[in-house]
Amino acid sequence: MSANEVLHAGLNLGATDPKTHAEAGSAIFGFWVFLMTDAVLFALLFANYGVLLSGTAGGPGPAAEFKLSSAFIETLLLLTSSFTFGLASLAMKHGSQPRLLQVWLPTTLLLGAGFLGMELHDFATMLSDGATPSRSGFLSAFFALVSTHGLHVFAGCVWIIVMMVQIAVFGTDARVKINVLRLGLFWHFLDIIWVAIFSVVYLQGLIR
Amino acid sequence: MTETRGVWHLLLGNLTYNALPFYSAIAAFAAGLVVVGAISVFVLITWLGKWRYLWTEWFTSVDHKRIGIMYIIIAFIMMSRALIEAVLMRVQQAVAINSPGFLPPDHFGQLFSTHGTIMIFFMAMPFLTGLINYVMPLQIGARDVKFPLLNSISLWLTGGGAGLMMVSLVLGKFSTGGWSGYPPYTGIEFSPGVGPDYWIWAVSLSSIGTTLTGLNFATTIYKGRAPGMTLMRMPLFCWTSLCTSILMIFAMPPLTVATTLLALDRYLGMHFFTNGMGGNMMNYANLFWLFGHPEVYILILPAFGVYSEVIPAFSSKRLYGYTSLVCATMAIAVLSFTVWLHHFFTMGQSANINAAFGIATMTIGVPTGVKVYDWLLTMCRGRVRFTPPMLFSLAFIVSFVIGGMTGIILATPPLDYMVHNTVFLVAHFHNMLIPGLLYGMIAGYQYWFPKAFGFRLNETWGRIAFGCWVVGFYLAFMPLYVLGAEGMPRRSQEVFDTAYRPWLLIAMVGAFILLAGLVSLFIQLRVSIKQRDSNRVFAGDPWDGRGLEWSVSAPPPEYNFAVIPTVTSRDTFAGQKEHGQAYHPPQTYQDIEMPKNSAAGVVIGISGAACAFGLVWHIWWMSILGLILIWGTVIVRSFVRDIYKVIPAAEVARTEARWLNHVANVRAVPRELETTPANKGLAESVA
Repeated sequence: MSANEVLHAGLNLGATDPKTHAEAGSAIFGFWVFLMTDAVLFALLFANYGVLLSGTAGGPGPAAEFKLSSAFIETLLLLTSSFTFGLASLAMKHGSQPRLLQVWLPTTLLLGAGFLGMELHDFATMLSDGATPSRSGFLSAFFALVSTHGLHVFAGCVWIIVMMVQIAVFGTDARVKINVLRLGLFWHFLDIIWVAIFSVVYLQGLIR
Repeated sequence: MTETRGVWHLLLGNLTYNALPFYSAIAAFAAGLVVVGAISVFVLITWLGKWRYLWTEWFTSVDHKRIGIMYIIIAFIMMSRALIEAVLMRVQQAVAINSPGFLPPDHFGQLFSTHGTIMIFFMAMPFLTGLINYVMPLQIGARDVKFPLLNSISLWLTGGGAGLMMVSLVLGKFSTGGWSGYPPYTGIEFSPGVGPDYWIWAVSLSSIGTTLTGLNFATTIYKGRAPGMTLMRMPLFCWTSLCTSILMIFAMPPLTVATTLLALDRYLGMHFFTNGMGGNMMNYANLFWLFGHPEVYILILPAFGVYSEVIPAFSSKRLYGYTSLVCATMAIAVLSFTVWLHHFFTMGQSANINAAFGIATMTIGVPTGVKVYDWLLTMCRGRVRFTPPMLFSLAFIVSFVIGGMTGIILATPPLDYMVHNTVFLVAHFHNMLIPGLLYGMIAGYQYWFPKAFGFRLNETWGRIAFGCWVVGFYLAFMPLYVLGAEGMPRRSQEVFDTAYRPWLLIAMVGAFILLAGLVSLFIQLRVSIKQRDSNRVFAGDPWDGRGLEWSVSAPPPEYNFAVIPTVTSRDTFAGQKEHGQAYHPPQTYQDIEMPKNSAAGVVIGISGAACAFGLVWHIWWMSILGLILIWGTVIVRSFVRDIYKVIPAAEVARTEARWLNHVANVRAVPRELETTPANKGLAESVA
């Protein structure tokens, strides 16, 4: 294996540790497969949302309930968090010390938490309007899709905390590196899902 | 349901004395049987002092071979229950002609729901997962699957689901909504009891376990093959395992979505599948069968793989048309996602849509036909021996073709309208799944049993079991074709046409013979264990096998291969034997690193079952505790760094030397004596 051959972006194992590199190969591949199952899950929730979009049962519809401004800010928060996670990955790849990693991971965590806070606030507003998940098929589908994404972001936040602790305890050993890499894939994946949610769910508020 | 209030409600949720099954003598007896059975197993293990052994050697094991065996044990236990339920239903229908029979409608409904749910999720799935687990890593020359702990977690999640099914027999009533659990009937409005909740959570546990299994197997096959084992050199069983894994990855999430949304409807009053309030129940049918149809191929492909191993071995020939079989397997896997709508032709979509899905459905017959011809041509001019695995394979070929013909009838929408929801359909899918899945699983069990345990199974009892399974199947299900064509609805607790009587009686006899088939398998196991000393095949190759799994001792050492083999051709081991390269010790042995045991799988499985049980009975603290334990275990485990153990080279050398010495000292057996005690697991060279 030549020294500058990059098999897994973000892992600076190179020729130094072929065994871990081989392990990373299947570890990361397995995680891609997991993301595939998650993508199927979201795809079906999107399809379900599409089918139930017209099932408002006389209750509140998209135009009345979706606040595009707050969805836009949430989008910015999440996209920025993806960027800061990218910086964390670069820090792990190029930095010999985990210090920068311990800067960018908490930043990502804060942005993620900010996103979750705003989303919960949106939900609370909707609930107080009487737009509850049990009001209509449309609202059930909306809450199922958007809060499944929210739960994923929450899981991602917990995972970031776990990784921060592990970096503090173990430094960047091979398993930490592999797991940060997986976490990165997960985090960017959620970003992509959110872009789809913004386009398919929230932008509907403009036309319906 | 009566609601207890106050502290009791906090502690036990909706669980009260009324949950005990005193509504029917049969249900009470079954519950008693489960309780007595569980207690006696517990007492027996304690009395024998085997808890420590079971815990360290089995429950916490991450060895793919042990996990595979445990999966198959679950399958056999659950098959016993579901087969007895089938017999009860057949007897009920045979006697309940213009009379209520002995099973009230409510109980009958539970029986067909548990029978279907168990046979699919807790018999078929564990059986095939167990076989793949055991065989596939050995066939690709690997020491374990790529994620051994995840494998254990999957096993225990499946075990948790199976446990929940057994608990449902004792506490409360199971769903009466069938194995597919269609809303709005299974919604809270029409089924306010705990039944559908049991179904939802048992199935969810199993579906999550299966998703993880699919992920694990696919990664193992893509990333874990021995050097030189290109995809097109893999044994066909690995190909079908790969396709099944891919189907699991894509088809299990729809089931998880369907059950979760149904649960949200039931628990939080949402309106995904409700009748009104913007719900759309047809969505459920789509989601469920988006899983349900690929599921059929998840079930059948591994059996196809078994047949593709058994038929060449017992014909002493190379598999005919390997490439076409691979292509056919892949084609089936892809096409399986294009036909789900044929499960509900009558739902009301346009005729054009029905026509498209009907044609797609018939298309699947083409690759399946290719396979049948390949198997036939493999036998052609071969040295065919009629051992039990081979007998099951032959019975499969004939029966499966009949089932395929009736499948073409059902795939034609106008004809489907005629027989939809009749026992014709019941006959058809049993005709596909008993020969297409169960015969394959039994054949695989008989074929690889000597590899797993080091001794052969009794041939006579194998033949008796074969006779029962085949005769029983034809008697039990051929009459249902006639009854279905005559219009008898499926899932009938009572029938009102005396013309059905003779056919129902024949079907009942068939069900009893099928039960005798299962009993014969158990007797076979018992007899074989008794006679094990005269049937040992430690050398490891009792059937003159062709794949790498036969190139190691029986049972294989924990590390499978002392040195990872280098593969130069298809049918590697057959090639080695032909060129006199088999059983050669390597120059040197090296230390082998293997994953350590872990209790994480057990904890996660039990916590998952506890969480599910809490959800069924609204015991919220239990559900929350279960969830915390699951995720807590995952997080704690991620901090464990000492996860490997090392088997020293000296120990490997000792183990291998013992085996190779044995191989050098046993007499090779010619094929005509392979079913006699002369078979010590070393095959006589054919050349």
